[in-house]
Amino acid sequence: MSLLGIIKIALKSLTRNKTRTFLTMLGIIIGVAAVIAMLAIGQGAKKIVEDQVNSMGTNVIMVSSNFMSQQSNVRQAQGGGNLINIDDVNAVNSEIDGVLYTSPVYNSWGQLKYENKNWRSGITGVGVDYFLIRGITAVEGDLFYNSDVENGTKVCVIGKTVADNLFGDIDPVDKIIRIRNIPFTVKGVMNSKGENVMGMDQDDIVLAPYSTVETRLLGGRWRFMTMMVSAESKDRIQVVQQDILNLLQSRHRGTTSEEFMVRTQTDVAETASSVSDTMTVLLASIAGISLLVGGIGIMNIMLVSVTERIKEIGIRMAVGAHKRDVLMQFIIEAVTISILGGILGILLGLGATSLVGKYMQWSVTVTSFSIFLSVGFSCAIGIFFGWYPARKAANLDLIDALRYE
Amino acid sequence: MTQCSLISTQGITKTYQMGEFQVHALRGIDLCIQKGEFIAIMGASGSGKTTFMNLLGCLDRPSEGSYELDGIAVHNMNSNQLTQVRNEKIGYVFQSFYLLPRTTALENVELPLLYTRQMSNKDRLERALGALDTVGLSDRTKHFPNQLSGGQQQRVAIARAIVNDPVFLLADEPTGNLDSRTGIEVMAIFQELHQRGKTIILVTHELEISQYADRIITFRDGLVISDKPNPNPRNAKEDLVKMPMLDELQE
Repeated sequence: MSLLGIIKIALKSLTRNKTRTFLTMLGIIIGVAAVIAMLAIGQGAKKIVEDQVNSMGTNVIMVSSNFMSQQSNVRQAQGGGNLINIDDVNAVNSEIDGVLYTSPVYNSWGQLKYENKNWRSGITGVGVDYFLIRGITAVEGDLFYNSDVENGTKVCVIGKTVADNLFGDIDPVDKIIRIRNIPFTVKGVMNSKGENVMGMDQDDIVLAPYSTVETRLLGGRWRFMTMMVSAESKDRIQVVQQDILNLLQSRHRGTTSEEFMVRTQTDVAETASSVSDTMTVLLASIAGISLLVGGIGIMNIMLVSVTERIKEIGIRMAVGAHKRDVLMQFIIEAVTISILGGILGILLGLGATSLVGKYMQWSVTVTSFSIFLSVGFSCAIGIFFGWYPARKAANLDLIDALRYE
Repeated sequence: MTQCSLISTQGITKTYQMGEFQVHALRGIDLCIQKGEFIAIMGASGSGKTTFMNLLGCLDRPSEGSYELDGIAVHNMNSNQLTQVRNEKIGYVFQSFYLLPRTTALENVELPLLYTRQMSNKDRLERALGALDTVGLSDRTKHFPNQLSGGQQQRVAIARAIVNDPVFLLADEPTGNLDSRTGIEVMAIFQELHQRGKTIILVTHELEISQYADRIITFRDGLVISDKPNPNPRNAKEDLVKMPMLDELQE
């Protein structure tokens, strides 16, 4: 008998038991939907991490003294020893090929005050190139200039979180805030950067000229300068990274390479995306298990269905169905359930994905890979879990089947 | 030996192994059946008549002996070949109808045709409708078995049996699940099919039913103990006229 005919027979049998067919399908539907949604969410998470990494700037290299390794040595004097200083920054800028911008970075914390409002936030002393490295622009007011850095003027730009908490609805531009009781003029508000890879709010920050921070805020204190560098292009990052390390070693005699840490954006990105990859694999395997359970559900129902239809099988065989006709009929029934379930699962998965995207503000991406994967998988499940019940049906003894009550 | 135009069995035995015991269901059956006969196979339960019917219907294979059907030796065919023979040469009517549930009368009748090589949908439909017309159910084609009376269900089963134009009909207690009047109605259909030239082999344990056939074979303990022609078979149609209608009885 033709395959088409068997397919017709199989479909007819399925429509005779609509509720059961649907319930069997449900396992596959949920499994496939879960796989698709999980992969999409995983992809979305990866995208978010990438965005966060990109929010650092482009082709960024971070240089710092390896404080941990220096601790093993004799304690250095304040600001002395092998800590990076402003001359190092200038040397990196002028002596290394492929460096686009450099900026010293002082990280500090402090209490901010505007009229009666207080806010505790990070205060970072930077050079003007820092804005270029990190792609910072002013959404209100202005940024500070090189003259501010040279003169050590008491100006700052603030992040969105700081602006919201200190000023609320008031326009912060040209207002005076007190940072550790020292008055600074707010020149502007920076564009929002969201969270960084570590989940920290990158808008909860005040940027001031590094010279001002050094003298006014950190004067007399222990200072720990780091450096932010941007390379001309992605391909040059590796070379520039090594050159910086070599330069710093030659400038600070008697140091080993461990005493400076030169990390690139790619390093950060790799760490972060390996985490999100692990999460994706984890989520997808859980979803995969539910797909497997769905497959076992198909086998279960098919076995019940074979037992329930022993007489039907007997009648079919009596009037001329070959073993292979019966085998094919039951396999096709199982495959139809799983493929149909797969298609419905894809629709459900797409729906769930777009809901997640809409309400959680995640950029979720359904890849054609995940669709092919789940359809292929559900086909395979249909054949794999349909085979055993179908064989059972085809190998029934005709007389026993006919007499079965 | 006379020529057997339809069925010829020689020395057929069937032995079942039941644990340590061997059950000899058939102990050597020699039978010759001509085309166009209407045969009733009689016997009490345990006589071997059902086993013999299974062998005749190619549902089972004999332990020993030979069976020629329509000129083909079927006793040593494999199950695939037997399936083919069942599909093309034999029409079955069972005691409990054996219609597929939740499947319309028409689809039930079409069933054997689905397993036949190459037939257009149109041909199939025509033949199935023709068969249903023969048993007088043209107006019930879209009904499901549970919407039909027992007699109607059995007529659907007969339509299914004749739709492939088999060389003989094999009916296993076709009236067993029916009241006596409906049973005779079914016998009337068989007699009509017989008059049109169909060979019919009927297995029954009811003496009354066997009287409609024109040859009666009796089984006992796995052997044929009598094989006699029935020169004056009863006429089911005439019997029906004589029988009071059910609703008349109620009045």
